[in-house]
Parts: sequence; C-alpha cells; structure tokens
Amino acid sequence: MFTIKKKYDIIISLENYARGDNVIKKEMIAMLLAGGQGSRLGVLTAKVAKPAVSFGGKYRIIDFPLSNCINSGVDTVGVLTQYQPLRLNTHIGIGIPWDLDRNIGGVTILPPYEKSGNSEWYTGTANAIYQNIDYMETFNPDYVLILSGDHIYKMDYEVMLDFHKANNADVSIAAMPVPLEEAKRFGIVITDENRKIVEFEEKPENPRSNLASMGIYIFSWKVLKSALIANAEQPALDFGKHVIPYCHENGGALFAYEYNGYWKDVGTLNSYWEANMELIDIIPEFNLYEEYWKIYTRSSILPPQYISGDSVVERSIIGEGSNIYGKVYNSVIGCGVTIGKDAIVRDSIIMNEAVIGDNTEINKAIIAENTIIGDGSRLGFGDEIINETDPNIYTNGIVAVGENSIIPGGVSIGKNTVIAGRTEITDYENKRLDSGKSLVKAGGK
Amino acid sequence: MRAIGIILAGGNSFRMKELSKKRAISAMPVAGSYRSIDFSLSNMSNSHIQRVAVFTQYNARSLNEHLSSSKWWDFGRKQGGLFVFTPTVTQENSSWYRGTADAIFQNLNFLKSSHEPYVVIASGDGIYKMDYNKILEYHIEKKADITVACKDVEANEDVERFGVIKMNDECRIEEFEEKPMVARSNTISCGIYVIRRRQLIELIEKCAEEDRHDFVRDVLIRYKNMKRIYAYKIKEYWSNIASVEDYFRTNMDFLKPEIRDYFFKQYPDIYSKVDDLPPAKYNVGSNIRNSLISSGCIMNGTVEDSIIFKKVFVGNNCFIKNSIVLNDVYIGDNTHIENCIVESRDTIRANSYYCGEDDIKIVLEMNERYVL
Repeated sequence: MFTIKKKYDIIISLENYARGDNVIKKEMIAMLLAGGQGSRLGVLTAKVAKPAVSFGGKYRIIDFPLSNCINSGVDTVGVLTQYQPLRLNTHIGIGIPWDLDRNIGGVTILPPYEKSGNSEWYTGTANAIYQNIDYMETFNPDYVLILSGDHIYKMDYEVMLDFHKANNADVSIAAMPVPLEEAKRFGIVITDENRKIVEFEEKPENPRSNLASMGIYIFSWKVLKSALIANAEQPALDFGKHVIPYCHENGGALFAYEYNGYWKDVGTLNSYWEANMELIDIIPEFNLYEEYWKIYTRSSILPPQYISGDSVVERSIIGEGSNIYGKVYNSVIGCGVTIGKDAIVRDSIIMNEAVIGDNTEINKAIIAENTIIGDGSRLGFGDEIINETDPNIYTNGIVAVGENSIIPGGVSIGKNTVIAGRTEITDYENKRLDSGKSLVKAGGK
Repeated sequence: MRAIGIILAGGNSFRMKELSKKRAISAMPVAGSYRSIDFSLSNMSNSHIQRVAVFTQYNARSLNEHLSSSKWWDFGRKQGGLFVFTPTVTQENSSWYRGTADAIFQNLNFLKSSHEPYVVIASGDGIYKMDYNKILEYHIEKKADITVACKDVEANEDVERFGVIKMNDECRIEEFEEKPMVARSNTISCGIYVIRRRQLIELIEKCAEEDRHDFVRDVLIRYKNMKRIYAYKIKEYWSNIASVEDYFRTNMDFLKPEIRDYFFKQYPDIYSKVDDLPPAKYNVGSNIRNSLISSGCIMNGTVEDSIIFKKVFVGNNCFIKNSIVLNDVYIGDNTHIENCIVESRDTIRANSYYCGEDDIKIVLEMNERYVL
C-alpha cells in the first residue's frame, strides 16, 4: 500500500503523467534544417536536397552535422526535410550508420504535415522549427541546438553548450573569424569583451567585426519556445532575420561562441569543388583520417578498389569498390566508379557508380551519380565563356553533369557547361557542346 | 527457406602458421574488406535462412568482435537471427567442443527448439557464393539423408587436407576418406552439408552416446553405407583458406577480373561489418599497379600485384610486390616487401627488407605504435 502511494506522490509532484518522463528527458536535442534546395549547386540539387549531395567520395553533406551530433553526445536529432526528401530519407533511414537508432530519441525525420487548420509548408527556417514544437516538447529539453545540413566541419557541440551554460546565455551563436574583406558576405556579430553580442549586421558594406555567424545556434528551450510563439504570425519566419533579433531586442543574453576550426559552406558549385579538392592535400586541413572524430555514412558498397596494371593514381582519394583502369590526377572519386582504359581524369569530382568510358579526357568536371560518359569523349576543353542560362551557377570553368545522365561517346564539351539527362549524339551539334552552353534534357535544371 | 543454418567456426589449423595466433580461421581477413565467415554468413542471409548459429571456440575474440552486431548480414531480427555459441559449462558437461558433432550436441537445444525441417551446415573458412535453396532442392529430389557439397579440383592439386569423395553415377557417395595420404579421386568435400533436422538430432545423439565427436569421421564416414549420402557438385568458384598457401592464393584470385566481377559486381552481395573508414588516399609518389586497395589506406609508395587491406599506411619509396598486407599496418619509408603476408596491426620499421623466397613469408614485427 505504502509503496504504491509513494509512487503516486512522486508522479503528482513532478506533474508528469507519463511513466518515465525523467528517462525521456534530454538535456539538449538538435534540430537539423535539411529542407533547402541549394539552388546555387545547379544540376547537383535538381533531384536531391542539398544535404543529400555527395561529398568527399563516399559521404553526403548531412553526414558531417549528424556525425558531429553523435560524437558530441547529442543522441536526439530531428531532421527537417521539405525539398526532394527521398534520397535524404533513404540515406538517414532509422539512423543506423550514426548509431542514432535509439529506443528513446535517435533520429526522426520531420517533414511538413497537414494540420486541422493552417496547414502550410515550412516557410522559413524558424517556421519549420515552430511547426515541430510538439516534437521538441516530448523530450523536455533544457537546450535546443539548431543546425543546418549544408556545412562541412567538425565541431564538439558539448563544448559550445558548456560555453552557453557558463555565460548563462539565452542564445549562443557559433561564429568564426573571417578575413575582413570577405566579411561583407556574411552575417556579422559585434561583441563586447565578454563575447556578449551587442549588435548584428547582415552582409554589411563596412564590417565592424570579422566574426561571421555560422548558422549554428544553441537556445535555452524556454527562450526559443516563447520567441517562436510570439513570432508565429511572421511570414517566412527566419532565425537570422526574425527570431535572433527578437531575442536581442527583448533583452536576451546573446553570446558569440568563437570557433576556429575548419568550416566550409558548400553553397556554390565552386566552393563545393574547392572543399572537395582540399581533402586531397597531403595533410588536409580537414582531415578525415583522424581516429577520434570519425565521420559516419551509410554505404552499401564494401569491396576494395582495384587499380589496374597500366593506371596512374596521384593526389586523389577513391571510394570503395571503384575500378580504375585509366589515369587519375587531383580528383575525388566516389564508390563503385569505373574509369576506363587510357582515360585521363584531372581536377574532377566523380560521384558514386559513375562509369567513365575508355579514352575519355576529363578536366575540372563534377560528375554526379550513376552517370555514363561514352568512350572517347572530352570534357572541360576550350575557352572560358560565361554560361548562357545560369551565369552565376556554372562558373570557374567547371563542367557539371547531373545524376543519371548519359553522355555519348566521341563528343567534345567546353567549360562552364551543364549537361543533364540522357543525351544522344544528335543533341550535340558537330559532336560539340561549346563553352558556356547548357544541355538539359528531361527533369534536369 | 525451410532450413536453419549452422556455421562451424571454431577451428584452427597448424597450416595457418603464425596467422592463427591472433584469430580463428573464420575470422581471417579476405579480399581486402571481408572476413572469411562473411561468405557463409552472407550466403545464409541471401538464401533467406532466418536462424543461424555460429559455433566458435578457438581464439574467438576477433570473431566475436566481428559478429558483435548481426545487422550487417540482415540478421538483426526479432524472429530468428544470429546466435553465437561458445562452449559453456553446464551441469551435464564441462568440456570444450571436442569435435564438430560434439559442438552440435552441446547446443542440441537450438536444433530441438527450431521448427524448420532442414539444417544447412557450413564451415566458416570457405570463400564462395551459393544459394542453399539449390542444394536443398537437390537433397529433396535425391531423397537423400545427407547431401555433401563437393568440388572437383585439378588432378595435380594437393588434396591431402580435405575429405576426398568417390561417388557412383547417381552421385551417391560410395567412399569418403578424410585427409588421405594418397587420394583416389579429385573430388573434395567443401564442408557444406544439408540434412533433415530430426535426422541430425538422432545421429548426433547416437554419436554422443557412443562418445564420438566428429561429424565427418563419426557421421559421414561411419554411416556412408547405411544412409543415403549424396554429393552435390559446386561448379562456381569455391576455395578454402585453411592453409597459408591457400589463403594467399585465394586472396590473389581476387586480382583476376572474372573473380572480382563474380564476387563484387554480380548479385547477390557479400556483406560485412561496416568500418566507417574514409576513402583511400593516393599521395604524390604513389604508384599502384594491379592491386586491390581498401578504404582508410594512405599510399605513398609503389604497390604491385598485391592486396592491401583496410587502414594501411604505405610510406615513401616503399616497394610492395606480390604480397598481402592485413588491416591497420603502418609501413615505414623505403621498405621492401615481396612475396609476403604482413600480419595485421603491426608497424614495420623504415628501411626493412622482407622477401619470401620459396614460400610465402609471414611478416610479424610486433612493434609498438606511437600515436600522437
């Protein structure tokens, strides 16, 4: 009798009616924004959300924040999806590769959903979080970590949380020093000597500080919840534009957590290409070979790679199960790729399961998954001519080839070009696609 | 599938020399990214066998670590799944597995509590792909008591460490000789058997009563005239790795395009534990010819006709030819390695010279690794 009564008292005193709410409680949960299209990646994100784009041979961009979460001891992650989520959903699954398949918590995919009234898409970053207040509430968190799914970095969020706690902060914003001349491209935070934020500047002409916001925030849950509810009616509710300024104006304690490691926003084709190329340095600034901070990914291809008798591989990284019969220089090759005899691949990114025919020559190209390049084709030759359809996307001489594309044999393709879909020899005038031209068939962008 | 699976992975062989110091044969790394038991285990999974028991005994740490999660072979199930049985002390019995039949006897409850009518028994040291449904169909069609998978080998091949089979025109086994001095046939047993579950329980119990412990000697050979024992020929690739020479040859087979294609490209896949290693990296000065390189490797030197397993570092100016370098080896600069097997988790000092002359040489330095 007594024990039963005692149990009952405890339940009432905590005002928790569900069994085990103390067990379910998570100190900090992460909300990972993965719904963006990333339109500046052009053809690479025509069919997949940006976080699902391949990176560094075998990874996808979202592997980095997800691995950071589990390595930091954050085992509850809500992934907000919206744009083209299929690849992302199958990649994440129930979270096995990141050990995020948990009885309590783990990874949960949170797409927009229909409600009894007021159903809408995720209209902004903070709006997406607002629509999932119920999810976060389940875990009764003290802190919520807001992440975006399109950055390449290794970061211990636990250290950032310690910083947040030590400063008694309401909001902590991760910020990194950037060269002053580049600061005008970022959201800049201006702090006092205690790292307390006094002011924000969004892409300022004359920056007064070089601390750029990385789009990584820790909120104290009560502050986040009240800020989201107070601004619920704001159209396209955004963290940078609305929620953070709101917290600031209402006297919240905002702190900047300075981060000095490698961090790369792979928002454009050129920065994506550069970040990949940095992996092949002798001792890369961003080192995947370190034991203590592993990056996890889902991979179904296991076999070793085969390098044939007359091939050359130099300054490159190559994924599992690839077969190399040609010459590869300065390139990032994914898993299950075949590079044919006497082919020459230079300065390129070739993603999973692509087949590069014999005698091809490829210069500075990004070739997406499952693409077939016919024998004897040449990519990335000619003059630098600005792309006619998307001059801001296809730059720096890069040839971009969308996933599942076919390029017939014997064609010559110039620089700043884009090709998507199953192209045939008749699509190429005189077997040529000149620099700056676009050839996009069915479904591409 | 109407069968349960048993994988015999407890064995050790003096023929593995120093290589068996560290692990059971079934845990030997094979073909760059796999371990030997992955092949039988994946075959079980791909044949839709739902319940599989692995019997381990000798030096099982490495194997148990490999099997610590059954999800890689899709055996992480509520119904059935993967069971690892190591000898335990019970009220009736406090001995090790004294033989394969004894191993089954000590875990007879696994057989008794299953309800599938058949049992597929395989060894953990075979490298092959096989649909066990085919051999089961054959077994039923022949109305056999036991079916033994076997393989024809070249007449000049040494079969002295295998069971040698002689069969009649209907493929019924007439003679079964274990490890003969002079072989009278070139058909060898692959250590894969199909048998009705009730029949197996009966035979194993009888063996135990008579204090007999070996499945081949005390069941197959002893009963070959009483029971209908049939041979099922494997026509595809099959190889056993239980000697240093065969281990080396089997690995080198993977440099042949048709073997690679058969195992790596054609359905069904072979599964293994996922290691979360980064892609292999080739720095300036690396010169790789006709070799298999696994993930997590960093290459700076020359590698020819070799199999490099996971997480191997090859220093500047190294020359590695016709060799196998097992997992997690650091090879210092200017090292020459030829016709060798380099044991795993070792650090080879710079400027070392190893060359196997007549035989394959096993390289073991057992140096401490200093990690920053």
